[in-house]
Amino acid sequence: MTADYRYFDHEADIGIEAEGKTLEEAFVNAALAMFAVMAEPSTIIPERRVSVAFDESDVELALITWLNQLLAQARVHGLVFCAYDLRREGNHWQGEAWGMPWRPGVVRGTEVKGATLTQLKVEPGDKGWRVRCVVDV
Amino acid sequence: MTRLKQIDPWCYTVKRGEGETRAEVRLYGSAPLLASMDEMVLTQITNVARLPGLVGPAMTMPDAHWGYGFPIGGVAAFDPEEGGIISAGGVGFDISCGIRCLRSNLDLKDAVDFFPQLADALFRDIPAGVGEEGNLKLSTHELDQIMLEGAQWAVKHGYGTQADLDFIEEHGRMAGAVPGNVSELAKKRQRGEMGTLGSGNHYLEVQVVERIYDAEAARAFGLHEGQIVVSIHCGSRGLGHQIGTDYLVSLAKAASRLGIQLPDRELACAPIQSPEGQEYLGAMNAAINVALANRQILTHLTRASFASVIPGARLTTLYDVSHNTCKLERHRWQGRERMLYVHRKGATRALGPGHPALPPEYRAVGQPVIIGGSMGTGSYVLAGTTESEQKAWSSASHGAGRAMSRKQALKHWHGRELIDELRDRGILIRTKSLRGAAEEAPGAYKDVDLVAEATEKAGLARRVAFLRPKVCIKG
Repeated sequence: MTADYRYFDHEADIGIEAEGKTLEEAFVNAALAMFAVMAEPSTIIPERRVSVAFDESDVELALITWLNQLLAQARVHGLVFCAYDLRREGNHWQGEAWGMPWRPGVVRGTEVKGATLTQLKVEPGDKGWRVRCVVDV
Repeated sequence: MTRLKQIDPWCYTVKRGEGETRAEVRLYGSAPLLASMDEMVLTQITNVARLPGLVGPAMTMPDAHWGYGFPIGGVAAFDPEEGGIISAGGVGFDISCGIRCLRSNLDLKDAVDFFPQLADALFRDIPAGVGEEGNLKLSTHELDQIMLEGAQWAVKHGYGTQADLDFIEEHGRMAGAVPGNVSELAKKRQRGEMGTLGSGNHYLEVQVVERIYDAEAARAFGLHEGQIVVSIHCGSRGLGHQIGTDYLVSLAKAASRLGIQLPDRELACAPIQSPEGQEYLGAMNAAINVALANRQILTHLTRASFASVIPGARLTTLYDVSHNTCKLERHRWQGRERMLYVHRKGATRALGPGHPALPPEYRAVGQPVIIGGSMGTGSYVLAGTTESEQKAWSSASHGAGRAMSRKQALKHWHGRELIDELRDRGILIRTKSLRGAAEEAPGAYKDVDLVAEATEKAGLARRVAFLRPKVCIKG
């Protein structure tokens, strides 16, 4: 899966935008964008897996729920993530994230506190789906 | 910014468009500060002015910048009796983020030779940065107690002294906390995070009092030129972040279900008197206590670091004040006293002289207000004014305020070069994140001198002292 994401300007925080052929792929790319703010992905080894699951019918709220669940699980398990998978059946979302504990070799960035409703958009795009939101740092 | 209309040289409003129905908006600041403000600040504060139950104008402080939900630097009061709302986006994810300021018994000449050692000791002893955990591991019961007792729990368990509590908002303990309204996930996130600084714009700085503006207030605050002080900027860590996350979505759904017309979904809110509003309030108050306890524990760790490097060093609490809260306060509006829920998102409470909530030592001069600047410029201690009560529900600025996005800052500065440049200017930076340092470059912030001047000239708080950074531990 090619990481298709970029950042957009927001005065205090950071805007993330991602695309994908499917909604799930766009969500995965948004997760890559968000965790790349926290640590350089190339310095993370995907040695541990964590699962997340939730029910949400609103796709925009699903995006921030996905991102916020990943942030919470990363913190609870003391991990930093670098790879993701997400599946959807109706309103049920089931995902996995892979990563490792924070170690001295991880190049650290800035902690993301949460994904917000600001500039939140999930819409069809040229490549399939385009998603965006501002994350609070 | 063509929509702005000047009320006086330090206060502006936004002209209403044709047919636009909303409350008044007031933006405090100088013409140059407002000219440099992102248009989104106007959009966000005019949206706040459309929320139900707003009393008086929706306001921004001179350091305002584009946030999420409310602008950062936004202040708005709501009356629960008139359908007033509470908004998670009006408080922020980092609930009760704030600044603890400590004064020392050291002068620059006594301490300057110790700075490199002190920087290393603080960097070793204060867990800072993304992914860092503290040494204090809490049981579920202990965390519940912290959510109820705040800094008072920390002092009871040996982290600091009773005297610290006299100089913390709410005496270190926010009433109305309901740990049962805090999700298990939020509690789990906090287990290893007590006594940690966090990341982004959080910091611990050793500073020198470089200039006194108001001798009487400085005397009351125990400040003099050349004195070493310490400022700790952080909040409620993972627990607050998760409460923000949980309630942002649940309040968004509540607003939709309750038929509240939101100009933007990011203003997710519920009536204060609704079950959803009350639930958030109880959880938010629990997070305030976690933040107060966190800064108390960091104060204790800072004292230990100082003592390990400079024998005889003593640090006493000047004041601890939060700038991301919603509090029930008594205010006079249109000739009568009312109990209002005042949202301050990136704005500091600034009580004027004589206020009964102030410690006796400060009652004659007003509440200490701390404007935290960037790591290369400086910070200000100010004092609350009587005028601010009428103008802004006793509120003032909280920081320099960003002038440039983090994305742009990364294009302009490199962490290593910036740290070296600051070292050459006599400011020692310790950080685990070079990216974080670049994002926090002094040039990415507004001119803190202009913000402090505008805060004073607008009547929100008066300048007492300017603090120059000497050592900065960045998260």
